[in-house]
Amino acid sequence: MNPGNRPHVAYDEIIKLVEPRSTVLDLGCGDGELLQRLRQERSCRGRGVEIDEGHIRTCIGKGISVFQGNLDQGLADHESNAYDYVILNQTLQMVHRPDRLLREMIRVGRNVIVGFPNFGYYLNRLQLLFRGRMPVTGTLPYEWYETPNIHLCTLRDFRNLCATVNIHVKTEAASHKGRPVSPIAANLFATEVCFLLVDSLKSI
Amino acid sequence: MSVEAERKSEPGVVAPRYFEFGSQNDGLTLDSGQVLGPVRICYESYGTLNADASNAILLLHAFSGDAHAAGYHSSDDRHPGWWHSMVGPGRPFDTDLYFVICSNVLGGCQGSTGPGSVNPETGDRYGLEFPVITIHDMVKAQIRLMDHLGIQKLLAVAGGSMGGMQALEWASRYSSRVQGAIILASTSRLSAQGIAFNAVGRNAIMSDPRFRDGCYYDGEPPTRGLSIARMVGHITYLSDESMRMKFGRRLQDRDSMDFSFADQFEVESYLEYKGGTFVDRFDANSYIFLSKAIDYFDMETTHGSLENAFATTSSKFLILSFSSDWLYPPYQSREIVRALMRKQKDVSYCEISSPYGHDSFLLETERQAPMIRAFLSTLSQDRTMDGVP
Repeated sequence: MNPGNRPHVAYDEIIKLVEPRSTVLDLGCGDGELLQRLRQERSCRGRGVEIDEGHIRTCIGKGISVFQGNLDQGLADHESNAYDYVILNQTLQMVHRPDRLLREMIRVGRNVIVGFPNFGYYLNRLQLLFRGRMPVTGTLPYEWYETPNIHLCTLRDFRNLCATVNIHVKTEAASHKGRPVSPIAANLFATEVCFLLVDSLKSI
Repeated sequence: MSVEAERKSEPGVVAPRYFEFGSQNDGLTLDSGQVLGPVRICYESYGTLNADASNAILLLHAFSGDAHAAGYHSSDDRHPGWWHSMVGPGRPFDTDLYFVICSNVLGGCQGSTGPGSVNPETGDRYGLEFPVITIHDMVKAQIRLMDHLGIQKLLAVAGGSMGGMQALEWASRYSSRVQGAIILASTSRLSAQGIAFNAVGRNAIMSDPRFRDGCYYDGEPPTRGLSIARMVGHITYLSDESMRMKFGRRLQDRDSMDFSFADQFEVESYLEYKGGTFVDRFDANSYIFLSKAIDYFDMETTHGSLENAFATTSSKFLILSFSSDWLYPPYQSREIVRALMRKQKDVSYCEISSPYGHDSFLLETERQAPMIRAFLSTLSQDRTMDGVP
């Protein structure tokens, strides 16, 4: 997804969830903007994982520690409970096994923040229903054959996955192009969702 | 001595300098316990040291490198220094901003004290009587040079391969004197495979009849053995893919194979050529001492664990590995990065996808340059903010 299109509102939602002075691991950190804001606005110590060499160079230029890694290979390079927060923003739908990555994130972080586009958004449904075609929208701008989004899910799908893999949802924020959406209507009207998660076992 | 203020930023024609110490009870105490003195260190520098001596970068050369990192030794010299593409005005090690130093390692044969130097106690060359040198000993000699140049804290140390090992030692043991460490294609301990190739090289040298237990300085040196050692070395610096691209199965100076044992393939004559030119500039005894220093280097064993090695470091790290490097494979760099991450240290890591094998760190200038440039600029900013002298 083109970073220019990525709503910075998503960053605001995430930053709100992070306690000051915590340690953060941002998976798929891109150009490091979120980590930079967390450092400035929350005094966090952060580290990024990124696969793209150009993004890595940009992060280094911002003084951000960045580790080149492929999320599909898990987080074996990271210790259990090494970070206060592990963040995965707009990337969940691009990995081969989102369920496994989620468990890995829960292992490495005391808290996990996941932000992703809600495929249940009504315009996606209408495109499929009336045009009989895979949806192409502002948040999902790709044709089906070229999309990096190989595991799109709805908000409700994600809640189910969390329950299945023993992950407890602490908070859930849904928005429609930056404006908050009530949880009851979220699966239909939210374009973006952001979850704060903890291990069900750890949360007891 | 005042420092190099007169030199213009473009390396251009540079002359090596020499620093000597250890003649008056101030010899270098080696890891082996022996005290070595006098010690001479050959070095070059590029750019200008600023008033508070806060812009110095020390480049650390690899196994067969020398102090001549950039520029030319004379106006008709056709071969620039080994990292010329990286050092100069506007280049990553920007001589308009930084004062860049490179010294020949202790135990080497290109200006610094090594087995080919004269032992003052006997009046003869040391040969194999030279004390065993470690990577840490090389760094200790570099620290003496920094003291001499009036540099209390380096902005950065940078090196690939054996140079990366020295950079690791700097950051692990002397982090109060180095703000950032750039480590390219290196390891905290050489693999069994690497040791094996070094052993073959040493065996080639020692089985040359001219080697004579290292006492060959008054006669013909063991050039055949040394050149075979170098040929083996060159194979390990390349990769299957780079050899295929560079030579394939092309024949040298002929259209078809004849049925003789003369060199026929391009790759054969390349290795012969590389081996042949190497013996003109390298001492066989230094090959033995330096390759042993690489083999013995083992931060895990020395410190108990890699985490211990970096427990107290305050340096920042930039670590780069290269996908086709099978001599210092990327997993070894990642081990260092993992240990640093476990200790919550500042470390950035990238595995650059490159076909050139271990040699990539000298060839992939355009890929690594932007990262090194960015890393150095953040070090300078940190330094300004901290107001550290």
